[in-house]
Amino acid sequence: MTRFTATEKKDTRSGFGAGLHELGKKNPQVVALCADLLGSLKMDAFKKDFPERFFQVGIAEANMMGIAAGLSIGGKIPFTGTFANFSTGRVYDQIRQSIAYSGKNVKICASHAGLTLGEDGATHQILEDIGLMKMLPGMTVIVPCDYHQTKQATLALGSHKGPAYLRFGRPAWPIFTTDRPFTIGKADRMIEGKDVSIFACGHMVWQAIEAESMLAEKGIHAEVINIHTIKPLDVETILASAEKTRCVVTCEEHQVNGGLGDSIAQILGRFRPTPLEMVAVQDSFGESGKPLDLLKKYGLAPENIVDAAMKAIARK
Amino acid sequence: MVYNCQSGHPGGSLGCTEFFVALYFHILKHNPAFSMSGKGEDLFFLSNGHISPVWYATLARAGYFDIKELSTFRKINSRLQGHPATHEHLPGVRVASGSLGQGLSVAVGAALAKKLDGDDRTVFVLMGDGEQQEGQVWEASMFAAHNKVDNLIATIDYNGQQIDGPVDSVLSLLDLKAKWIAFGWDVLECNGNNLEEIISTLEKAKTRTGKGKPVLILMTTVMGYGVDFMMGSHKWHGVAPNEEEYNIAMAQLEETLGDF
Repeated sequence: MTRFTATEKKDTRSGFGAGLHELGKKNPQVVALCADLLGSLKMDAFKKDFPERFFQVGIAEANMMGIAAGLSIGGKIPFTGTFANFSTGRVYDQIRQSIAYSGKNVKICASHAGLTLGEDGATHQILEDIGLMKMLPGMTVIVPCDYHQTKQATLALGSHKGPAYLRFGRPAWPIFTTDRPFTIGKADRMIEGKDVSIFACGHMVWQAIEAESMLAEKGIHAEVINIHTIKPLDVETILASAEKTRCVVTCEEHQVNGGLGDSIAQILGRFRPTPLEMVAVQDSFGESGKPLDLLKKYGLAPENIVDAAMKAIARK
Repeated sequence: MVYNCQSGHPGGSLGCTEFFVALYFHILKHNPAFSMSGKGEDLFFLSNGHISPVWYATLARAGYFDIKELSTFRKINSRLQGHPATHEHLPGVRVASGSLGQGLSVAVGAALAKKLDGDDRTVFVLMGDGEQQEGQVWEASMFAAHNKVDNLIATIDYNGQQIDGPVDSVLSLLDLKAKWIAFGWDVLECNGNNLEEIISTLEKAKTRTGKGKPVLILMTTVMGYGVDFMMGSHKWHGVAPNEEEYNIAMAQLEETLGDF
């Protein structure tokens, strides 16, 4: 049985910054745009080494999305960087018309997603962005789980064609995927189990791994699968796991409406009706606080995943 | 086209006909064989996408696609969507437009890509005057001046009308010329319904590129130009003529080719 240990903690946004910098070295077509959040998005190294390919647009996110679309017409591969809230809800129509409907090769990179943004509070803690973005036809949606995977996902987007949304976060978080491969659209079965399938994305993958240890102590063998790509969803892996364990828990730092759980519920409902519990924010806004305190208050702690797993198993 | 499908926006289209003729037949270095990137070509973006009829008609006459295809405008399975789109791969269109305020940003991005590639051609964009009420226009305006995007010529169709009435009564733009000058642009003015004048103004605008400032043409036009009962009225923004109106209009537009 694989046991994951976190040797180090680092923020996922730094993984984006490192990946972007590496892409800049590899591919002269890669350009980056930022809306006055250079340091927060860790885009400093790209700007320093490739100043002619970096565009500071100021606090004007709508314009940033339009400029990115225009740059892509000329064959550039634009990566936009701002907070998840300002990367999606604030500029939805610009993304919809100028990028998604127009089929532009723009990579929308969004930091500070979810409750773990922390003290800034609900105005900045977007919990609806996965839903907003996955609804757009042709949009790829990726939610990596740690520093390493965020870097890998950024690198993978450099050679991916079409519009994409990459969602990551602010806090230092355990790194545990260093030796795991990453392919867009291919879920990663991190821990094999037979009693319950736990599907998680983003920071919640680590929470699921902790929950799996707690379940193991109770003699329950949970399967933990990292669904880093919400769209296109790895339907085959999800159905195979549900077939084996016959009950499912989904975990995400997002509203229960519209996120990962919602996508998996659709798949299960259509192809293999299975008892399902969803660990997510239950139709409320967030608030100020420390990241781990917020995850606990809003029901996203490992203990909540354990409870959901017990419920799901009882419903078999 | 608008009469044929009984849907669309004739007013702004007629008002900008001279502009499109000037642009595609006298100004743009362009290739009707069409490549999305348009490397080595001048590029044009239509931000006020609702005047698609005049753009489609121009593109067809310029050789981008068969003139007969104009008859499919706004009908099911057509590449000629109500508002311009790339989704159906219509040659000549590089981004969707219709939701207003977005075209200038896209044009700025395309102009930046040309600069990065050392491509010395120019990017053109047309906006509406009512569209100036959208905040994104001013975000893009500020960015272009600050970053010296001087391979860009934007034109505003200054017809003074929008759907709900005269622009001045809906939401006044006040001194639009002073605003664009204050935003750091090189501003020219012209009568957009005089073909010679719009050609010479576009030529002049080209000579003003490469000098550190983006260029704006404030182009005064009359909505519905050429058809007496449509001229100057916001009522013809987005309404198709009936058969009687169509026959009267066509009789007044002697040079219009009804061959599609």
